[in-house]
Amino acid sequence: MSELPASLLELIRRTSAEIPDDVHQAILTSLENEKKHSLAANAFKIIDQNIALAKTKSQPICQDTGSILFYVDVPVGYDQITFAETARDAVKLATKKGYLRQNSVDSLTGKNDGTNVGPGAPAFHFHQHRSPEISVKLVLKGGGCENVGAQYSLPDDALHANRDLDGCRKAILDAVLQAQGKGCGPGVLGVCIGGDRATGYELSKTQLLRLLDDRNPEPKLDALEQDILKTANELGIGPMGFGGKTTLLGVKICAANRVPASYFVSISYMCWAYRRQGVTLDANGAIQKWLY
Amino acid sequence: MIKLKFPFTEEKIRALKVGDEVLISGTVFTGRDAVHKYLHEGGTLPDGVSFKDGIIYHCGPVMMKQADGSYICTAAGPTTSIREEPYQWQVIRDFRLRGVIGKGGMGAKTQAACKEYGCVYLHAIGGAAQVLAECIKKVRNVYFLEKFGSPEAIWELEVVDFPAVVTIDAHGNSLHEEIFAKSQAALAARL
Repeated sequence: MSELPASLLELIRRTSAEIPDDVHQAILTSLENEKKHSLAANAFKIIDQNIALAKTKSQPICQDTGSILFYVDVPVGYDQITFAETARDAVKLATKKGYLRQNSVDSLTGKNDGTNVGPGAPAFHFHQHRSPEISVKLVLKGGGCENVGAQYSLPDDALHANRDLDGCRKAILDAVLQAQGKGCGPGVLGVCIGGDRATGYELSKTQLLRLLDDRNPEPKLDALEQDILKTANELGIGPMGFGGKTTLLGVKICAANRVPASYFVSISYMCWAYRRQGVTLDANGAIQKWLY
Repeated sequence: MIKLKFPFTEEKIRALKVGDEVLISGTVFTGRDAVHKYLHEGGTLPDGVSFKDGIIYHCGPVMMKQADGSYICTAAGPTTSIREEPYQWQVIRDFRLRGVIGKGGMGAKTQAACKEYGCVYLHAIGGAAQVLAECIKKVRNVYFLEKFGSPEAIWELEVVDFPAVVTIDAHGNSLHEEIFAKSQAALAARL
C-alpha cells in the first residue's frame, strides 16, 4: 500500500486541474456550433482558455473544488478502512497544496477548519467485485451545479407529469428550465428514475461516471436521453444562460426499482467544469492506468 | 468590449446596457453568503472596506499564503449569485454599490435596486477560475478571515481587464428574465 498516498494525491490534483477528454471534446464541438462573436461563443472561448490554463498551471479549473466523491471498486478482502484513512490524508495534503479549496464547513457552527475533512467529507462509495482490480473514480462536484439538482415525485400536477416516461421527460426538462444558467451550463444531467429519495440521488450521480459519448444499452432510456438532449438544446438557454444553442452537453439516465407508492425522478446537474477522473491501482497502490 | 475603470461612477454605470461585454479594472471586494447575511442583519463593514462607487464580487477564491504573509490568488471564478437575492438590494442601497459581479443572474428585487440606485449586475464566466485569477494582479487585503473562513472572507483585489457581461442593467432590463421567458415558451411548445 506504500504508493497509495501519492497515487490518491495525484488523482485529486489531476481531477481538479484537468478536464476529461470527452468533456473537452464536447465543449469544442459546441463552440463551433455557436454563432461567431455571440455571447455564447465568447463564453465558450473563455471556458476553453480556462481549461488550457488550469492544466498548464496545475491549478483548479474552478475555485469551487466541490464535494469530494470517491467511487471505489475493490476485490473481496480489500482493506477499505485503510483506504479511507489514506484518502482523507490525501485530501488534507491536496488542500494544503491548493489543488482543493478550503471547502468544507461545519453545518452547526459555520466553522471551516481548512482541511476538507469532517463528517461525511469526503464521501466514499465502496463496491466489492469479484475481480482483483482496484479502481478509484473521483468526482469533484461544485455547489452551484449541486444546488440546481432536483427531485420530482410523480404524479406532478403542476407539470402534468404522470407516472410514465413522458412524465419523466416533463420533470427532467422542467429541471433544465429552472436551472437556466445557474448551474454553470452547459451541463450534463445524471438522472435516476425510481429508487427512494436517497438512492435516487445517489444513482443519479453514478450516471455522471459514464462517458459523454456512450449510449444507454436500454433502448427506452437511450431514446429518452437523446430526446432530452435535443429538446434542451432547442430552448435557447445556452452557456451561462446567455442564450445560444448549447444548454446541455449530455444526458445520462438509469432506472431503479421503486415501491408502488413512490415514483421519484432524481436529477443531478453537472457543470461544464466536469471534474471526474479515475485510476486503476496495483496491489501496492501504484497507478496502473487512467480511466478517462 | 467596453473598458470599465474604477471609480465606477453612476454615469459610467448608467451608460451600460444588457448584453454589453466589459473589461473591469480597479479595486473590487469579494463578498458572498456570510457577508451578505451579516450586512443584512445590521453588521458594519470593517475599517478599510468601502463599497461606495465600488463593485462586489460573489466569489470564494483559492488563496495561497506566502512566506511574507501576503496572498496569491490561484483560482477565482464567480459563485452563484441568486443566493444573495434576499439581501443584495439592501446592500446596494445602504452601501452605494455600483456593480455586482457573479454568475447565474439575480431576481426582481436586485433588478429593481439596480434601476433605482444605479447599479449593474456583471455576469462573469462561471467555472473560469484560472482565466479570472489571471486578471487579479494583486491581493491587497483580507477582512473577516477568521470570522467567516477563507472562501467567505472579504478579499480586496486589484483587477485588470476582468471580463464580464452586463446581464442586468440600471434601466430595469434583465437578460435572465428575457431568456427565462423565451425558454419557457420554447419548452411549452415541445411538451
